[in-house]
Amino acid sequence: MTENITKEEEVIAKLDSFAELPDAPPKRKLKLSWVGKAAVGVVVLWMLIVIIGPSIAPYHEMDMEGEDSFLDAYDNFYLGTDYLGRDTLSRILFGARNTIGISILATVLAYCIGITLGIAAAVKGGWTDMIISRINDSILALPSIMLGLIAIAALGSSIPILISIASIIYATSVFRIARALGQDIMVQDFVEAARARGEGLWWIIKSEVLPNAAMPLATDFGLRLVFVVLFISSLSFLGLGVQPPASDWGSMVRENLQGLTYGSYAAIWPAFAIATFTISINLIVDDISAKSGGSLAKKMV
Amino acid sequence: MSEKLFEVKDLRISARNDEGVEIPIVKGVSFDVNKGEVVALIGESGSGKTTISLASLAYTKPGLEFSGGEALLNGEDVLSMAPLRQREIRGANVAYLAQSAAATFNPAITIGEQVTESAVLHGVLTQEEATKRAEALYHALELPDPHRIGYRYPHQVSGGQLQRLMAAMALCGKPDLMVLDEPTTALDVTTQIEVLKAFKKVIKEENAAAIYVTHDLAVVAQIADYIVVLYSGEVMEQGSVDQIINHPTHAYTKRLMAAVRPTPVAGMGEAVGSEHDRQFPAIEVKNMTAGYGGIVDGEPVSTILRNVTVKVDNGHVVGVIGESGCGKSTLARVMAGLLPQAKGNIKLEGQELEGSLHDRKLEELQKVQFVYQMADTALNPKQLIGNILGRPLEFYHGIKGKEKHKKVAEILEMVELPAEFANRYPMELSGGQKQRINMARSLAANPEVMLCDEVTSALDSIVGANVIQLLTNLRNKTGVSFVFISHDLSTVGSFADEIVVLYAGRVVEQGPTDEVLAPPYHPYTRLLISSVPELRIGWLEDTMNKREMAVGIARGVEITKVGCPFFNRCPMAIEGTCEVTDAPNRELKNGHIIACHLTEDQLNEAERETQKILKGFEKVGVDKPHAPASV
Amino acid sequence: MMTQMVLHRLGIGVATLIVVSIIVFIGTSILPGDVAQIILGQSATPETLAALRAQLGMDQPGYVRYFLWLGNMASGDLGISKAGGATISSLIGGRLGNTMMMAGIVSAISIPLSIVLGLWAAMRPGTWLDRIITFGTLSTISVPEFFIATVLVLILAVELHWLPSTAYLTGNENFVELMRALAMPLITLVIVVSAQMIRMTRAGILNVMSSPYIEMAILKGVPRRRIILRHAFFNAIGPIVNVIALNLAYLVSGVVIVETIFAYPGLAKLMIDGVQTRDLPLVQACAMIFCATYVLLILVADVASILSNPRLRQPK
Repeated sequence: MTENITKEEEVIAKLDSFAELPDAPPKRKLKLSWVGKAAVGVVVLWMLIVIIGPSIAPYHEMDMEGEDSFLDAYDNFYLGTDYLGRDTLSRILFGARNTIGISILATVLAYCIGITLGIAAAVKGGWTDMIISRINDSILALPSIMLGLIAIAALGSSIPILISIASIIYATSVFRIARALGQDIMVQDFVEAARARGEGLWWIIKSEVLPNAAMPLATDFGLRLVFVVLFISSLSFLGLGVQPPASDWGSMVRENLQGLTYGSYAAIWPAFAIATFTISINLIVDDISAKSGGSLAKKMV
Repeated sequence: MSEKLFEVKDLRISARNDEGVEIPIVKGVSFDVNKGEVVALIGESGSGKTTISLASLAYTKPGLEFSGGEALLNGEDVLSMAPLRQREIRGANVAYLAQSAAATFNPAITIGEQVTESAVLHGVLTQEEATKRAEALYHALELPDPHRIGYRYPHQVSGGQLQRLMAAMALCGKPDLMVLDEPTTALDVTTQIEVLKAFKKVIKEENAAAIYVTHDLAVVAQIADYIVVLYSGEVMEQGSVDQIINHPTHAYTKRLMAAVRPTPVAGMGEAVGSEHDRQFPAIEVKNMTAGYGGIVDGEPVSTILRNVTVKVDNGHVVGVIGESGCGKSTLARVMAGLLPQAKGNIKLEGQELEGSLHDRKLEELQKVQFVYQMADTALNPKQLIGNILGRPLEFYHGIKGKEKHKKVAEILEMVELPAEFANRYPMELSGGQKQRINMARSLAANPEVMLCDEVTSALDSIVGANVIQLLTNLRNKTGVSFVFISHDLSTVGSFADEIVVLYAGRVVEQGPTDEVLAPPYHPYTRLLISSVPELRIGWLEDTMNKREMAVGIARGVEITKVGCPFFNRCPMAIEGTCEVTDAPNRELKNGHIIACHLTEDQLNEAERETQKILKGFEKVGVDKPHAPASV
Repeated sequence: MMTQMVLHRLGIGVATLIVVSIIVFIGTSILPGDVAQIILGQSATPETLAALRAQLGMDQPGYVRYFLWLGNMASGDLGISKAGGATISSLIGGRLGNTMMMAGIVSAISIPLSIVLGLWAAMRPGTWLDRIITFGTLSTISVPEFFIATVLVLILAVELHWLPSTAYLTGNENFVELMRALAMPLITLVIVVSAQMIRMTRAGILNVMSSPYIEMAILKGVPRRRIILRHAFFNAIGPIVNVIALNLAYLVSGVVIVETIFAYPGLAKLMIDGVQTRDLPLVQACAMIFCATYVLLILVADVASILSNPRLRQPK
C-alpha cells in the first residue's frame, strides 16, 4: 500500500516539476554506416591526390617513358602505359587536379549564383521571382549536355569556359532548390513572427532563412558535384572538354578507347577513378539523408 | 458475468534508441474488454494509450517492439501469432479507426472500395454483400445519399462525414473488437457531438466491443462502460465509468478531472478591477472588412470578416469564439498588421493604426504582439532560447550584453521556467514548455496587447490548464490586454472577461462573459453552448433528445454576402427575412449585443419554451433544399 | 478545372519552346561573333566576307534574323551545312530515323523494366534483393555513360567476343544483323536510363508508403502485394510518370555518348561532329530537334500526372 502511495506522489511530483518529456529526442548525432565511412575515406583520398598528386606521381603526365603504347603493368608502370607510351598511373594522379578541381570550382560557383538568386527570389517574391524563375525554368528545361554542346560550339573550349558553362548550367538547379527551401522557410510562423516584429529583410535572411537552409543545401552539394564531374568528364570524353595534352580522366578514356580491342586497360583505369569518386559521394549523401517510408513498409505482411 | 473478449496481461512495449538501448514505453499494463463493452483508455500524450490499443491488432508503430506480456483475443495470444495469421485478424476480427479520417482514407481510391475492401479480402462477405452492408451502415450513420456516397472520392465529402465513413469501414467486416483512436478530437464541437452520437448508436446496434482511446474525459463519460487511466505507460487506476468519473481515488485521475474546465455557464466570468483602466481602449477595430485576394469594388475577392467591431479595454481579456472557418485568426491577423483590412479602421490607445505592417511605427509593432498556436513552427529550431527571447529586448529596447542575459532570465522566470533554458534549443523542450517560450517572446517586447491564437489547443489538458493559469497571473501582474482566440468555449469562458462570438466572419454576439453565457442567446451561441460535452454520464442522451443539435452537422460554415450567414443552420430562422437582410445589432444591458432578426423578447421566450424552438426546427427541417454540406 | 490546368501546361510548353529557340539562336548565331569569318577562316578577303554576310542575312539586325530563322525552321528549311554545302535536312533525314529507332527500343525495354524492378524493391525494403538493386542503381547513376559502355565493350566484345564493339550500319542489314549491331549501344542505354528510373520508382512508392493511409491498409490486413499495387502505386503514378519523362533526358545525353563510342550513325553523332567542326547551322538544327523533343516529353508527363490525380479528375 505504501508503495502505491509513493508511486502516486511520484507521478504528481513529475507533473508539478514540468518534467515532461521533450516531444523530440535531443539531436541525433551524425552516424555513418561502415559503407559511408569507407566512402568518406575514398573521397578524402582523392582530395589529397588533387593537392599532392603531381608530387607523388612516378613520372610527369607528358613523359613518354614507356617502351611502347598500351603495355600492361610492368616495372614502375603499375597501371601500364597509354596510347603514347605514357604512364597511366601518373596521368591519373595528374588528371585528378583537372577533373575534380574544375568540378569543385564550378560547383562552388554554381552554388554562389544559385543560392543568391534563389533566396532573393524566395524572399522578394512578386515580379523579381517571376522573371528569374521563368528564365531559370527554361534553361532547366533543356538537357544539360545540349546546352554544353551549344555553348562550346559557340565559344570553343578552354578551362575557364568549361567552368563558366558548368556553373551556369548547374546554378539553375541550385536556384530551384534554394528558392523552394527559401519559400518553405519564408511561410513558417517564426519568419512571420520576425516580420511582425518589424525585422528587416537582411536580418530575416541571415538569422532565420540561412541557418535553416544550410543543412539541406550542404547535402545537395554532394549530388550536384557528382553531376558536374559527370558533365565535365562527358564533354572531355567527347573531345570538347579539357584539351590534350593536359590529362583529364574523361579525355584519357577517349584517347585510349582503341586500346580496348587489344585488351589494354588504359581506358578502364581513368573511368574507374571517376566511378570511385562519384559513387563514394553518392553513398555518403545516401547515408546522411533520412530513409523515408522504409520503416512502415517493413510492417507489411 | 459477461464473457471476456480481449485480455491484456502485463503488456510491455519498448523502443530502441540509437545506441540500441531498450527504452520502455508501456510498462506492464493489464485490462480486459468484455463482449459488447466499450473500454476507454484515457491519458495525456506520452501515456502510451495509442500504443497499447494497437497491440490488439498485433501492431506497433515503426521503431517500437513488443517486449513482454500477452494480448489474448478470444483466448488466443495475437502477439505470438504467425505474421500471416496476424494479417487475417486485422480488419476481420479487430478493426481500427484513426484520429484523422482525412489522412487515413486513400485519396486515389473510391470510398466504397475502401469501406468494403477488408471484408471482401478476408472473405467475410462477397463484394455484393459488402456493398449492401456498407450502404446499410451509411444509412445507420446518417450519411447523406447512402446509395451514391460510395462512388465518391474522399476529397469530395466533408470531414465529419469522412469520420463516420471510417466507422463504416471498420464495421463492414463485422469485427469482434473496434479500436477507436481519438476519433472525434479533430472535429469541431458541433460536429463532434453528431459523430459521437452516431458511433454510440452503431456500437450498440452491432453489439460490438470497443477500445476507445482519448484524452477527453467528458467524451469518455458519454461513450465508455469502463475506464483505464494511463500515465507514462502505466495504469494509474481502472474501474467502471461511474466509479472513475464520480469517485476517482488516484491523485492523477483527480488532477485530470481538475484540469477539465467547467461547462460554460453564466457567472464564471471574472470581475475585472478598474486599476488598469485608461482613457482609450487598448485596441479597437471599427466596421472592419477583411479577406484574401485582390480588392474588387472595395471588397476582397474572398471576404472573411465583414463589418466587425470589437473593442479591447486595458487589462481586459476578450475571448473570440467560433467554429473553424469563422475568421477568428483573421481578426487577430488584421490587428497585428499581418493582413491589411479592406474597410474600416483600427485604433491603438486611441491612435489610428495603419493596416499594413510596413506602415506601422516600431513602437506600435512593439505594443501589439501575436502569439502563434503552434510553438513548434513559431520558434526557429536553429536558435537558442536565449537568442529567441533576447532579440525583442535588443530590437525594441536596445538592451544588450549582460543586461540582456539578466532580462532573459527574468522573463523565463515570469513564465515559470528555469533560467538555464536560455542555453537550450526549442527541440529540447516539451510541448508545454515551448508554448511558454512562445508567449515569453511576446512578453519580452513589453506589449500592451497580446493576441493569443488558440495557444492551448495543441496542449494536453493539464498542461493547457497550467498555461491558462499563467496567463491569468500575467494579466493581473502586468495589465496587458489579451485577445484570446479559441474554439473551446469552456476555455474562453474560464479566462475571458468579455466574449465575441464569430460566425462566418460576422460578430453575432458580444458582451461581458456572464451576459453572453446567459439567456437570451444568439441561436448560434446557443448551439455552441449546448455542444460542449459535460463531464456527466448521460449528458449525450439528454442533449440528443433536444434534436436541435442536428443542425450542427447538417451544414458547414458558409460565408454569405447578405443576410444572416447562420440562416441555413438556424432552427428559428424567419424565411424571407433572415437570408435577405443583415441582422440588426440589438443592444441589451451591460453592453451585450446580439445580431439577430428576433427581438430580445422572442429570444427569451424561445428559451422558456424549448418545445417551440423544436417545432420551428421541424418546420425548417434538416432537409431544407440547400446545397449539401461540402466543407 | 482540369481542362484549364492542361491548357495552362500547354501554354507553358509553347512558351518554353520559344525561349529554347531563343537560347539556341543566341548560342549559335550571336555568341560566336562573325559566323562568316568562322566559315571562311582567317585568310578570307573583306569582299568575300561581306558577300557571305549578305548571303547569310547577317547584315540584318539580330531579331530580324531570329524571326527569319524561326520561319525557315518551321517550314522545314533547316539551312545549309558548312561542310560540303549539303542541305541540313538531307543530312539529318536518315540519321534522325536511326536515333529515333534506338530511343524507341530503349524506352520500350527500360520503362516496363524499371517499374517492375522499382516496385519489387519497394515491396521488400531492407532485404538483400532491395540492397542489391539500390546499390547497383546508385553506382550506375554515379558513373559516366562511357564507363558503362567501355566496361561492356571490354567484357562482351574483347573478352567474350559475343558482340561487335561498334554499331556501324550500312543500311543493308537483315533483322538479326541489325540487332547484333545495335545490341551494345542498346544494353548501355537501357542500363543507364533504367537505373535512375528504378531508383525514382522505388523512392516514389516508399515516399507514399509513409502516409497514414498505408498504415491503415496494413491495419485492415491488406496483403503486401495489394498495398503496393493498389494503395501505393495509384498515388505514386503522377510522380513516376514525371520521373520517366525526366529520365528520357538521360536518354538524350546517353545517346550523345553512346553514338560516339559505337560510331552509330545517329543524329547525336552528327551534332558532335558539327560542334567539333563548328558547323553552326548544323548544331542549331540538331539542338532544336533534341530540345523540342525533350520539352514535348515533359509536357506529356505533366499532362499525364494531372490526369492521374482524382482530385483534379473528379472535382467536388
